[in-house]
Amino acid sequence: MEFVLQQFFTGLSIASILLLVALGLSIIYGAMGVINLAHGEFVMLGAYTAWALQKFVGLNLLPSLVVIFFVVAILGWIMERGVIRFLYERPLDTILATWGLGVIMQQAVRLAVGGELRYVEMPSVLSHSTSFLGVELSVYRIFIFAVVTALFALTWYLMQRTSIGMKLRAVIQNRDMAACFGINADRIYGLTFAYGAGLAGLAGALVSPLKSVSPEMGTTYVVDAFMVVVLGGVESLLGTVASAVLLGELTGAIAYVQNDTVAKSLALLAIVVLIRFRPQGLFVSKVRA
Amino acid sequence: MRIKRREFLKGAAALGAGMSVGLPHIWLKNEGLARAAGGEIKVGVLFSLTGTTAIIEESLNKATILAIEEINAAGGINGMKIVPIVEDPASDPATFAEKARKLVLGDKCVSVFGSYTSASRKAVLPVFEKRNNLYWYPTLYEGRECSKNVIYTGAVPNQQQDEFIPWLINNFGTRFYLIGSNYIYPKEENNYCKKLLQKYGAEVVNEEYVPLGHSEFSSVINKFRSTKPNVIFSTVVGDSVVALHRQYRAAGLDPEKMPMASLTTSENEIAAMGGDAAAGHFTSAPYFMVHKSPENEKFVAAYKARWGQDKVTHFVSEPSYFQVYLFKQAVEKLAPSDITPPTIREAVKGEEMIAPQGRVRIERENLHTWLWPKIARAKPNGQFEVLVESSEWIKPVPYAAYPNQVCTESGLKQT
Repeated sequence: MEFVLQQFFTGLSIASILLLVALGLSIIYGAMGVINLAHGEFVMLGAYTAWALQKFVGLNLLPSLVVIFFVVAILGWIMERGVIRFLYERPLDTILATWGLGVIMQQAVRLAVGGELRYVEMPSVLSHSTSFLGVELSVYRIFIFAVVTALFALTWYLMQRTSIGMKLRAVIQNRDMAACFGINADRIYGLTFAYGAGLAGLAGALVSPLKSVSPEMGTTYVVDAFMVVVLGGVESLLGTVASAVLLGELTGAIAYVQNDTVAKSLALLAIVVLIRFRPQGLFVSKVRA
Repeated sequence: MRIKRREFLKGAAALGAGMSVGLPHIWLKNEGLARAAGGEIKVGVLFSLTGTTAIIEESLNKATILAIEEINAAGGINGMKIVPIVEDPASDPATFAEKARKLVLGDKCVSVFGSYTSASRKAVLPVFEKRNNLYWYPTLYEGRECSKNVIYTGAVPNQQQDEFIPWLINNFGTRFYLIGSNYIYPKEENNYCKKLLQKYGAEVVNEEYVPLGHSEFSSVINKFRSTKPNVIFSTVVGDSVVALHRQYRAAGLDPEKMPMASLTTSENEIAAMGGDAAAGHFTSAPYFMVHKSPENEKFVAAYKARWGQDKVTHFVSEPSYFQVYLFKQAVEKLAPSDITPPTIREAVKGEEMIAPQGRVRIERENLHTWLWPKIARAKPNGQFEVLVESSEWIKPVPYAAYPNQVCTESGLKQT
């Protein structure tokens, strides 16, 4: 029993990291429809900002989170205003442009601070482990779980209950019509993209004490993020959560009985099969268009 | 001007005839060999400066350049300067092969120093064997290779494990958990490890491989908990090493009871994971930055002065450094008109020098290196504490796990 519980929590912990990384993408790709291949680089920039704040300013990870969110959000905003807004009607060009921007960001970081792996310290209050229902758990992983839950609630609230979220949903449904009603679609898109980028930055900062920080770290995260969003169903926040939990528990369990190589390939196989029979993903948000 | 077909053919025939008379050397065997000329000895430096393994290969490039600069500053080799030609193979085996061809055929380098991964070494091997050139490979690797065109200055499995495994069994117990990245190096190391474990009556509780670049170790850590091994024998590489150590610590496991014993965790990886995550775990290697010897103090001081005070030296950058000196010693024995890859190879056989780790020697038979393995425990300050030093240098046996195969001067022998 204890072992099942242990494995369940492991799955949840993997899921929370998946969701953390995918949440920003579910806004940018899911809501705005921009296939942003530079998403992983926002994650990487978040991790590097955390490292820089720690090394040069002496700021602990927890207080730097706020700064990191705004730094990466502003970068995202500049990218949207500078490049992506010219490409909304041309999805193929967007893929190429965002991929190119990703490569530029990787190499810029490498040139600026070098290619070696960087070290972000785990906050000391969170670096021990604790016993819960007879199961030994890392406090830091519990912390990540809590942060993700809060970020998800905030995002859902922003999208569904605030006027900016309502305007965004209107612009997504019919941009011209929304503009006729006096909504500044450009501004809405810019802000949404910045918010998604900021979330990705937070993800990078939060995973950095558990994993490693290098200019190439984004590449693996962008694959995971797309996997989660596509499986959950584009345009559905709830679907993103469901698919993150599903993938986390699935890979965790398979990795336990087999190994991580098998887990990864089986998870991908399951997604391919599912997409074949249900191309819209697990969840579809009902919209009258 | 239009070239008529007849005139073109005439011209081409004349050119062909002229070439065969005027440039006869292309018809002579061995004359196509790279050789040193004009008071310059050209060598290639082939470490990735971009891409995934650039993280570590950058430091190998730096150690190599440092040695070349030192030799040139001290007057070069018999008055000739070493001219390094640096190429960036971008962590991609295909690019490695392409750049190696450029260095060997285009620049006519007499030797190339390069590679960190086995995949990249295997990719350039055909170039060096076909052109009878010489490749100097500084990394510890899985053995099982017997090329006449590679000088191997890193450790092979028998050199890292022969003392390490019995020491671990004596100190911690007989239950081993083998974990590695999913490619040839960890599998060959574990292959040899299992032979040793069997010999000493120890058991393998689990053997597992994670994908390269893997960074989520929750399930693996659950398995550590449920199988309760005495030792976790790790051949995980790259940024996965960092993730594994940090998540081990975050999960509250105790290195006193269940230490990780690694062949791949160096000062470089520890700098990236933080000393706290590494503290208490063990590594076996021929070189550690804290090793006490006048040669090492000189090397560390020179490396920091040249590349920055925060830089570390480690068990791959040290061979990158001393192998350039072995190259120098070999070339010194040759007449200036006779510096070619095959003569350098013959000259380096049996050559000895005092490296930062101790006295090393190139084994005549298999072109691998006699080394001084050490066992060390990581400390919270990011450095190691050397606990056991080998009492004698250890002979390289690249086919240690395959008793019916022996690497000899004339090639691989089946017995």
